[in-house]
Amino acid sequence: MADLKILQQVVENSRESRKGYTFPLLPPEERETLLQKYHPDYRADAYRPVRVGPNAGEKTVHEVADLLEAQSPLWSGSGGQAVKLDPDYTVDVLIIGGGGAGCTAALIAKEQGASVLLATKLRVGDSNTVMAEGGMQAAIQPEDSPIRHYLDTMRGGHFKNDPQLLKVLVEEGPTAIQWLLDLGVLFDRDESGKNLRVRSGGATSTPRLLTCRDYTGLEIMRVLKDALVNEEIPVLEYCPAIELLSDPEGFCTGAVLKNFDNHQFIVVAAKTVILATGGSGRLHIQGFPTSNHFGATGDALPLAYRLGARLRFMDTFQYHPTGVSYPEPMAGILVTEGIRSAGAQLLNLKGDRFINEMDTRDVVAAAIIRECKEGRGITTPSGRVGVWLDIPMVDLANGEGTLEKRFPNMMKQFSRYGIDIRKEPVLIHPTLHYQNGGVQIDVDGESTVRNLFVAGEASGGLHGRNRLMGNSLLDIVVFGRRAGRAAAQRARNLRHRPLSLSHLETFQEELKRAGIAARNVSPILIPDYVHREEAATSQKK
Amino acid sequence: MSSTTATVSDRVTVEIMGKKYQVPQGITVIQAMWYTGHELVRGIGCLGGVCGACGIVYRTRDSYELKNGMGCTTLVEDGMSFAMIPHYPASRAHYKMSEIQNAKEDLVTYYPEAARCVNCNACNRVCPQGIDVRTSVWCAVFGDFQEVADLTINCNMCGLCVSRCVADMAPNLIALYARRSLGVFYQPKPEAVLNRIQEIKEGKYNKEWDKILTADEKKLKELCTTNK
Repeated sequence: MADLKILQQVVENSRESRKGYTFPLLPPEERETLLQKYHPDYRADAYRPVRVGPNAGEKTVHEVADLLEAQSPLWSGSGGQAVKLDPDYTVDVLIIGGGGAGCTAALIAKEQGASVLLATKLRVGDSNTVMAEGGMQAAIQPEDSPIRHYLDTMRGGHFKNDPQLLKVLVEEGPTAIQWLLDLGVLFDRDESGKNLRVRSGGATSTPRLLTCRDYTGLEIMRVLKDALVNEEIPVLEYCPAIELLSDPEGFCTGAVLKNFDNHQFIVVAAKTVILATGGSGRLHIQGFPTSNHFGATGDALPLAYRLGARLRFMDTFQYHPTGVSYPEPMAGILVTEGIRSAGAQLLNLKGDRFINEMDTRDVVAAAIIRECKEGRGITTPSGRVGVWLDIPMVDLANGEGTLEKRFPNMMKQFSRYGIDIRKEPVLIHPTLHYQNGGVQIDVDGESTVRNLFVAGEASGGLHGRNRLMGNSLLDIVVFGRRAGRAAAQRARNLRHRPLSLSHLETFQEELKRAGIAARNVSPILIPDYVHREEAATSQKK
Repeated sequence: MSSTTATVSDRVTVEIMGKKYQVPQGITVIQAMWYTGHELVRGIGCLGGVCGACGIVYRTRDSYELKNGMGCTTLVEDGMSFAMIPHYPASRAHYKMSEIQNAKEDLVTYYPEAARCVNCNACNRVCPQGIDVRTSVWCAVFGDFQEVADLTINCNMCGLCVSRCVADMAPNLIALYARRSLGVFYQPKPEAVLNRIQEIKEGKYNKEWDKILTADEKKLKELCTTNK
C-alpha cells in the first residue's frame, strides 16, 4: 500500500510537464509488430483448431473450443437428461437473452404483431449493456457522415469487418438513436439543450460518441426494460436456454430452457428464435480477468454451433487496455476509454509514456502488456501487475471539476477504496472485454441455420478483428431491431414445425469421428467461483 | 478471484444469513459468499456496482445501525452480519408512453403514493449510489422532471429505497417514469438526427457507397488516411 503511494510520486511529479503533449502514433509496420509480439490474440499456444462442426479446422482459443466440443446437457448417450418435447409455450418468436439486443428485438417483434416470449438466464437487464460506460456511436453531426463512420470502423477492425453489416450499422445509426429518444432515453445535450452532445472516442476521426455521462448503457437498459415491462411482453427470468430444437430439415424450431428455481425443463415451440445471450468474458480466456457481467459465458456459441450455425472471427477477442489492477476488489473492472479521450495518460514504472493513448484498443493493450512483460510494470500487493493511468490529467487539461461532472461513476467506484482519481493515478492492465466474433449473421440477423437469428455481442462479422468504442451499443440496437423485425415477419408466413433433438445425433457422430469423448457439458451458464476447499473449513466453530 | 488466499491472521468473522464463517480480510461480500461455498444465481450481476442485482442489508459490530449496500462493492469487516436482498416487491405502474396525455399530471394517477412522502429521509440514507432520492420524489410530484433526471442519472434500480420507504412507494420507478416522460414529451427532438436520417433516406451517400463498397483493402486504407 505504502509502496504504491511512493511509486506513484514519479507520476505526480511530472504531471505538469506532460500537459499538452501527445505521444506520436506508431507507424503501421510498428503497430503490426507490436500486436504480433504482445497481443493475446497472437499467442499460438492459446489456440487450437476446433475439431467438429461447421468451423472444423479453424483455430480458436482453448476455452471456446472446449465449449464447442462439449456435450449437450440433453444428450442421453452420455447421461444427459431426457426431456419430453411437448411444448409448454408456443409462440411466434422466442428471444433468448434479456440484455440490450434481446429487449430491443422483443419490442420490435411485438410491434410487428408477433407473439413473443423472452427467456433470460438472470434478470431482464442483467447484461454487458448495463455496464457500458463510454457511449454510443452514431454519425449525426453535420461534418460527420455514415461514410466516415464506416471508414473509422473498418480501420479499427483491421479491414476485416463484413462490409454489408457495417454499412447497415452506420446507415441505421441515426434511426436507432431516434428510436431510443422516442422511448425516452436521455442522451447528454449541448448547451442549448436542442441537440445531442458528441464526444471523441478512441480511433475515430471526429467526435461521434453520444453519452449519458458515464452511465450510457445503464440509461439505455433502464429504459428498454421499462418499455418491455410496460408492453407486457411475457418474460421468463432465471430460465436459460440449454439446447435449441430443430426439425428434420435442420431448421430451428424452438428451445429447451432450464428453470433455475425448480430445475424443470421448459419446452418452447417457436417459429423463429433470436439468440441474444451476449459475450463470453466470464470464460476468462487465457486467464485474463474480465470486465464482463457475471452471465457472460458465451452461451450462444455452443447452442448455435450444435445446430450447425457457422461462427466468424472466433480467434479474436478484445482486451480492453484499462482494466483495474488495484484495488483488488475492483480487479478487471473497466476504466472507461472516455477517460483517455479526455486526456488521461499512460505511464510505466519509470514514469515514461509509451503509447498514444487514443490508438485502437488492441494496440494500446499490446503496448501495456509489453511494458509489464519487460519489467516496466508495477506489481500490486496481491501480485497483479499494471501500469499507471494518470487520471488527474483530465482535470488539468480540461479544468477542475471535469472528472466530477463527466465521470461520476468512476469517481465513486474508486472513492469506495479511498482513492481520489482527481488527485492520484490508478493501476491498470488489459482486461478481457469483448467477443469480437460470434455467430455469423446476414443483414437481417439470420444465422446460417434457417429461422435462427442472432443479435448483439453473440454475433460476429460486424466488428472485424477489433471493435471500436461505442459501436456495440449501436450494434445491439440496430441489429436487435433488424433481427426482431425479420424474425417476426418470417414467422407470419410459417407454421410451427416439428420439435426434435435430431441435430444432437449428427453432432454426436461428428464427435465420435473426431475421437472426442467429451465429458464436459455446454453451455456452462454460471461461472464457478466457489472456493470448495476453503468452504469446507470456513465455517466458524 | 484468485486473491482470496490469506493467512489465518488476516481473517475476519462474519455472519452470513445467520451463520458464522471466517473469511479473508479485504474481500467483498459477494467474494465472501463464494469463499464460504455459496453458489450464487440470484443477487449477483455486473460485479461492478452498476446493475443493482446484489443489494444487501447488514450490521457492523458495536452499532445498532442497520445498513444497506451492494454486495459486490461492500467489503467484509470483522463482526459484520449480512443478508442478501436480491429483490424487493415494489408497486409498479403500468403505462404506455403513447397513451399518456399529460405526463406531469398523470404521475399521481400512476403513482398516487408519490405524494405521501413524509420527508423521513430513509431513502437518502439507504441509497448505495448516494442519490438525493427524497428530493427526486418531490421534484417528480411537482413536475420538475429535468431535476429528477439530473438527480437520478446513476440509479441502478436496486430497490433498496423501496425497502425503507415508510410511505410504501418505489422512488426508483417513480424517477424512471419521470425520466422517460422528460425524454418523450418535454425535450426538443434533435434536428441533427432528423436531418441525417432524411439525408440517408434521400440517398445522399449512395455515390460514395458505390466507391467504397467496391474498394479493395489497399484503396480503403488510402481512403482512411484522408478521412478527416
